[in-house]
Amino acid sequence: MPKDEANEVVLKVEEIYKSYKGKEVLKGISFEVRKGGVKVIIGPSGTGKSTLLRCLNLLTVPDKGQVYLEGEEITHAKKNIHQFRQKIGMVFQDFNLFDHLTALGNVEIGLTRVKRMNREKAREKAQEELRRVGLEEQASLYPAQLSGGQKQRVSIARTLAMDPKVILFDEPTSALDPELIGEVLEVIKNLALQGMTMVLVTHEMGFARSVANEIIFMEEGKILESGPPAQLFSNPKYERTRQFLHKISELYGE
Amino acid sequence: MTENLALIFQSLPYLLEGAGVTLGLVGGSLGLGLIIGIPMAVGQVYGNKYLASLISLYVWFFRGLPELVLLFLFYFGLFTLWGLNLTAFTAAILVLGLRSAAYQSQIFRGSIQSLGEGQMLAALSLGMKKSEAILYIVLPQALRVSIPGWSNEYAIILKDSAITYAIGVMELLTRANFIATRTYKPMPIFLACAVIFIFLTYGGVKALNLLEKKVRIPGYAYGRREI
Amino acid sequence: MNELYSFIRDIVLPPLLEGTLVTLQLIVLSIPLGFILGILIAVGRVYGNKIISLFCTIYVLFFRGTPLLVQLFILYYGLPSVGIFFSPFVAAVLGFILCSSAYHSEYIRGAIQSIKSGQMMAAESLGMSRSQAILYIILPQALRRAIPGCSNEIIYLVKYSSLAFMVTCVELTGAGKIIASRYFQYTLVFAVVGAIYLLMVSVITKVINTLEKKLEIPGIG
Repeated sequence: MPKDEANEVVLKVEEIYKSYKGKEVLKGISFEVRKGGVKVIIGPSGTGKSTLLRCLNLLTVPDKGQVYLEGEEITHAKKNIHQFRQKIGMVFQDFNLFDHLTALGNVEIGLTRVKRMNREKAREKAQEELRRVGLEEQASLYPAQLSGGQKQRVSIARTLAMDPKVILFDEPTSALDPELIGEVLEVIKNLALQGMTMVLVTHEMGFARSVANEIIFMEEGKILESGPPAQLFSNPKYERTRQFLHKISELYGE
Repeated sequence: MTENLALIFQSLPYLLEGAGVTLGLVGGSLGLGLIIGIPMAVGQVYGNKYLASLISLYVWFFRGLPELVLLFLFYFGLFTLWGLNLTAFTAAILVLGLRSAAYQSQIFRGSIQSLGEGQMLAALSLGMKKSEAILYIVLPQALRVSIPGWSNEYAIILKDSAITYAIGVMELLTRANFIATRTYKPMPIFLACAVIFIFLTYGGVKALNLLEKKVRIPGYAYGRREI
Repeated sequence: MNELYSFIRDIVLPPLLEGTLVTLQLIVLSIPLGFILGILIAVGRVYGNKIISLFCTIYVLFFRGTPLLVQLFILYYGLPSVGIFFSPFVAAVLGFILCSSAYHSEYIRGAIQSIKSGQMMAAESLGMSRSQAILYIILPQALRRAIPGCSNEIIYLVKYSSLAFMVTCVELTGAGKIIASRYFQYTLVFAVVGAIYLLMVSVITKVINTLEKKLEIPGIG
């Protein structure tokens, strides 16, 4: 895993607050991700992890606080936000593949419609990205003809094709049958090894441990503690963190 | 009996010409309804509060009034008031089209909402603008999902087109009535007219079903979201 | 302004209200009878023997495949030539009942077929006859499921009742047409006519929605 202490900051958030219908979901979240860094956010469900992730690419607009991409504030970009989103990839829990397009079409459409790349170049690049996730054979299949694991790999390829500065993963394996989880984690692990900057929300603790260089433990809209996996897993500061890790390892195994 | 058959046979070319006018009416008003209905649906789902309630008002008005009242109101009333000198045929297309837009917009709106917000989120996270996401991701799927509802709308408009008899459009029923009053033989003529309508209704629906099969996405279950 | 007001009040409204009364009579007769006939057609199609089922299928095919106006013309202008005479009002009501029953029957048939076969088996295993099972077990469930479609059909019927005027039964739309052409005030008169229809449709929709809520059973959608 590349050391990221000296690298430049890719994504930074400061004091993010968000409420839904009078209920405060995020209560002042701050952290930064450096180039090549892998942050894994863990915590009980309903503590605002997914909301936080959506605030990072402004799919959800935070009530207060700032998001910076490579030093530039994007929180109030409003009209130009789509230009920043090209650089922030997102992988969803339920894939959200475009159901009317083939696997190849899904990877291509961002290139042709957003990056305005010409068709041949886009096709070439899309094929290359599918190869990267091991799905060049399935290029012409529609989402409904793919297994869950394959769908998620296509959605990763779709994101990779945009050459993002950072990729956000929102519980990428939660909707998968157990036997399909491995293939997706494998792809993500490889990305980490290749130096991709990533922020992940996941319940796969063994995976988090092996891939993250920092773990963030969130509870009730706040960051309770954070640190390198070795420290957080073996010697957490708070009893709550220990309890959570214990419960989750019972549920999901290591 | 043979006398009646002979009458039907003689009248057939005249009636079929009327069926052509009927299909013209249907094509024109379905097309107009489509062109207006799609942006209306998009406006209702993605537009701001004011636009959405303006569209709801339009839908409420055109769905709440009988077609016959709309025809009288527009053809004899408003179109004349506005100084438009329209033929009955054109006026009928306008009224049926504006009315169909109200119904079609609700078909498309339902389809858009059936897609789930994930499609929009994924498109936005790729860096698409909202308008691009609607154009490239939402509408291509929503329109496919809409085809069954749309073929139903075809059948309804086809049958409703007979009501334009009331303002003298020379469509199928108007012509049938014309022959019936001249020959004093209403029964065979109206039955022949009914049979032609039956062919147009079920033939058209069948054709639209074929279209649906053609644009169907393999394995995609309509109306149900697959995860 | 005052003139306009008194024109509407004294000249336009009285005949329109008389017409509204006729419209209400038309729909009050047609709605329940059309619905009941629709149930019979649906049951005949699903549970009848070959001949009954075929008859019901053709019935539905005909009435859903042709415009209501054509059906009304056959009833009012066509049948006298074979010796059957109806008054305009009766012809209209008959047409509305026959036509709406065909549409109702399709919603009800769909609902009947959506009920699991276990219900019929359970009823028969209790010793019920087939007709008892249909009456006490299948229909009570199916009709509840058919309510949304049938409600729609009733609203349609309110609006299509205007076609009675095309067979010379002077109801609301007809009264409007007569008064509008006498004073050449189409926009004004039909704005008022339209408002009355919107009011009727809104009230009937409300009534149906309340009824729907009353008939709701947990777990039956």
